[in-house]
Amino acid sequence: MSELISKHTVSVLVDNEPGVLARVIGLISGRGYNIDSLTVAEVDAEKHISRITIVAPGTEETVNKMISQLQRIVPVKRAVNVTFEKQGIEREMALVKIVSTGEKRVESMRLSDVFRAKVIDTTHDSFVFELNGSPRKIDAFIDLMKPLGLSEVSRTGVVAIARGTEKM
Amino acid sequence: MVNMQMTGAQMVLKALEDQQVDTIFGYPGGAVLPIYDELAKTKDTNHQIRHFLVRHEQGASHAAEGYARSSGKVGVMLVTSGPGVTNAVTGLTDAMMDSIPLVCISGQVPTHLIGTDAFQECDAVGITRPCTKHNWLVKDISDLSRILHEAFYVASSGRPGPVLVDIPKDIQFQTGTYIGPDTVKHKSYRPKLKANIDNIDDALKLIAESEKPIFYTGGGVINSGNAAVQLLREFVRLTGFPITSTLQGLGAFPGDDTQFVGMLGMHGTYEANMAMNKCDLMINIGARFDDRITGKIDEFSPNSKKIHIDIDPSSINKVVDVDVALVGDVAHVLEDAIKLWKSKVYKVNKSQIKDWWKQIDTWKEVDSLGFSEGKKTIKPQYAIQRLYELTKEKDVFVTTEVGQHQMWAAQYYKFNKPNRWITSGGLGTMGFGLPAAIGAQVAHPDKLVIDIAGEASILMCIQEMSTAIQHKLPVKIFIINNQYMGMVRQWQELLHDKRYSHSYTDALPDFVKLAEAYGAKGIRAQSPSELDKAINEMIDYDGPVIFDCVVDENENVFPMIPSGKAHNEMLLGDETEKEEISDEGKVLV
Repeated sequence: MSELISKHTVSVLVDNEPGVLARVIGLISGRGYNIDSLTVAEVDAEKHISRITIVAPGTEETVNKMISQLQRIVPVKRAVNVTFEKQGIEREMALVKIVSTGEKRVESMRLSDVFRAKVIDTTHDSFVFELNGSPRKIDAFIDLMKPLGLSEVSRTGVVAIARGTEKM
Repeated sequence: MVNMQMTGAQMVLKALEDQQVDTIFGYPGGAVLPIYDELAKTKDTNHQIRHFLVRHEQGASHAAEGYARSSGKVGVMLVTSGPGVTNAVTGLTDAMMDSIPLVCISGQVPTHLIGTDAFQECDAVGITRPCTKHNWLVKDISDLSRILHEAFYVASSGRPGPVLVDIPKDIQFQTGTYIGPDTVKHKSYRPKLKANIDNIDDALKLIAESEKPIFYTGGGVINSGNAAVQLLREFVRLTGFPITSTLQGLGAFPGDDTQFVGMLGMHGTYEANMAMNKCDLMINIGARFDDRITGKIDEFSPNSKKIHIDIDPSSINKVVDVDVALVGDVAHVLEDAIKLWKSKVYKVNKSQIKDWWKQIDTWKEVDSLGFSEGKKTIKPQYAIQRLYELTKEKDVFVTTEVGQHQMWAAQYYKFNKPNRWITSGGLGTMGFGLPAAIGAQVAHPDKLVIDIAGEASILMCIQEMSTAIQHKLPVKIFIINNQYMGMVRQWQELLHDKRYSHSYTDALPDFVKLAEAYGAKGIRAQSPSELDKAINEMIDYDGPVIFDCVVDENENVFPMIPSGKAHNEMLLGDETEKEEISDEGKVLV
C-alpha cells in the first residue's frame, strides 16, 4: 500500500438521526485522524438518509482503517473512499469577497471571468464572487485574488460522487 | 392485545419483560423514580423483575457485565441522571473494550430542562458516545418502546457491546402506545454472519499445506456462543494443531487438554509465544491482535501466513495485515469450514505436524510457569495453584481484579468450559472483580463464584460487599495480598530502577475485620501449611467470604515479554539477565 500522505475524499451514507454527525466526527478525532473539510446534508427526505463528505489527509492505509471504523457506527450505512475506489468527481463552492478600487477592482473582475465566477453582490468598493469547481481551482482563484483586495472567503467544503453508472 | 396504552415507565418494564430480562442491577435517583415506582408496583405480580441494589453505579455496570459474561445473556442496568451516568462510564467503557452486551437505562432531567444545567443533568449521550456501541436520547414517548427493543438488538448482535438509553423523566410519566419486539426491525444494522465460501476454501488450503500451524483464539469464540465453542473443539481436534488463547478466550478450549499450549502474550507461556513467533500459519479465531498479544509489532510472527476470523470488519488489518480474512460469526464460519474440510477431504500434513509438536515440546521443557515454593511464605502462584486444585471438581466461576493476581490466575487456574473466566482485559479495570462476581453469582446462585483479587484493586469497589450481604450472594473474595500494587511495582522495577513511587499501599485495612464489619466471614492464611485448610473453610462457608491470603511480597509475574520486545525475547524470571529496555519500549504501556 502507498505510504504517501495525500488528501482522500470519503463519502459516508448515514441514517439522518440525532447525533449521527457527532458520532462520525467524534470517531475520527477520537481515533486520531484529521479532517480537512466536511459537508453534510440530507439526500433522501423519505428514507431520512444523509450524505457526509469528508476530506481527510492520510495514507491509503490509514484512510482505509478510518473507513472500517466508520462502518462500525450503527447508523452508518456505507462509507467509501471516492478518491481511489471510484475516481470520483469533486466539487466545491466558494463565496469570495474582494474590497478594492481602481485597477485592482478591474483586474479582479477580469480574472473572475476567466474562472467563470459570478458576481452576486457589488458596491463601488467591493464584489462578492460565487465560484464553483474543484477545490484546486478555488485555491488558485483565491491565490490570484490575494493582491487584489481579498477580504473574506467562505467555502462549502467538498462534495463528491462516483463517475459513470456506479452507485454508492 | 389488551390495552397497550401505558406510561413510559411501564413501557420500560414491559420491554424488559418482552426481552426476557428477569434481572437488573441499579441504583435509584430523582430522574428514574417513575421506573423504580413501577418496579415496586409489580412486586406482587408474576412479571417481577429482580432488581439488585448496588452501592455505586460502577458496581452495577460490572455486575451486569459479570452476569452477561457468565450467562451469555444481555446484562441490564438502571441508573439515574448526572452522577448515575458518569459513574457508569467506567463499566460501559469496560464492556465496549471486551465486547460485552449491556443495556444501560438512564434517567434524564425532563425534556424542557435539557440544556439548562439542571440539577443532576449531564449530556449522557454525549459522554457515553465513544464508550457505547450506540446510544439514544428518547425525546418522544412514541419512540420509546421501539428504541428499547432496538437497544437489545444492537447490544447483542454482531460484535456485542454496551448501549445506553437515556429517558427524560417527563417521558417516563407520559402515556403512549407500546409496541412489542416482533414489530421492531432496525432499519439498517445487519451484521454479516457468514463468510464468503471461497475465502473459507482459501483458508482451508493454507491449513492443509501448513507445516507449523497454530490456532490463536480469543473472546470472540465465547461471545459467539456454545455452538462456536463446540465447533472450535471439533476443528482443533480434527487438525491436531496446537492451540493458544488470549486472556479473554480462556475456557473455549479445555485448559488441561494436551493440544492447548497455554495463554499467549505478555505473560503467556514460553511455548505459546515461541510457537506464535516461529509458526508458518496462524489461524486467528475471534481475537484482535491486541498489543498485549503481539509484543513488538514489526517482529510479530515474521514468517507466517495469517487467517483471521472476526465478526467486526474493522478488526481486519487494523494492527496486523492478514492473508485470508473471514468476516463473520465464529460459529457460522467454523460450521462452513468443517463441512467444506470434510467434503473436499482435505488432510493435514501429518509428519510435519509431528515434527512441529516435537519442537513445541522442547519449548515446553523450559517450564516457564515453574516457580520455587516457599517454606515459610506463601508464593502467590502456589496460592492460585492450590485454589485450583481444591476447587477444580466443582463448576467454578472465577472473576478477577486487575494486576499481578489477574495474570497468575490466568496462568495457574485452568478453565475447561467457556463463560467461567470473567476478567477485565481490554480496559484493565481495577475494582471489576467483586461486582462482576456478584453478577455471576446472581446468574448462577448455586455455583461457587470466586473473585481472585489483589489487596489494592479490591478496595476500589469494596462497597459492593454490602450488596453481596443484602442479596445473600455467597461470593468468595480471594485476595492475593502482597501489600503492593504489584504490577505497578513490577514495571517500576523493570523500567524505573526500582523507584517504587506510590505503589506501596500503606494503612491497608484488616481484611478479616473488614469482612466481619460487613457481616461476612473473614479468613486469613499466612503460611503454606495452613493454606489448604483455610481454602476449604472458605469453600464450605455458606455466605460471602473475604480471604486474606498473605503472600510473598517480592514475587513478579513471569514469563514476561517486556514492552517493545518480540515474542522470542521473553524474560523467564528474576534470574534472567535483564537487558536495558529501549526508550521506545519505555513509552509503551
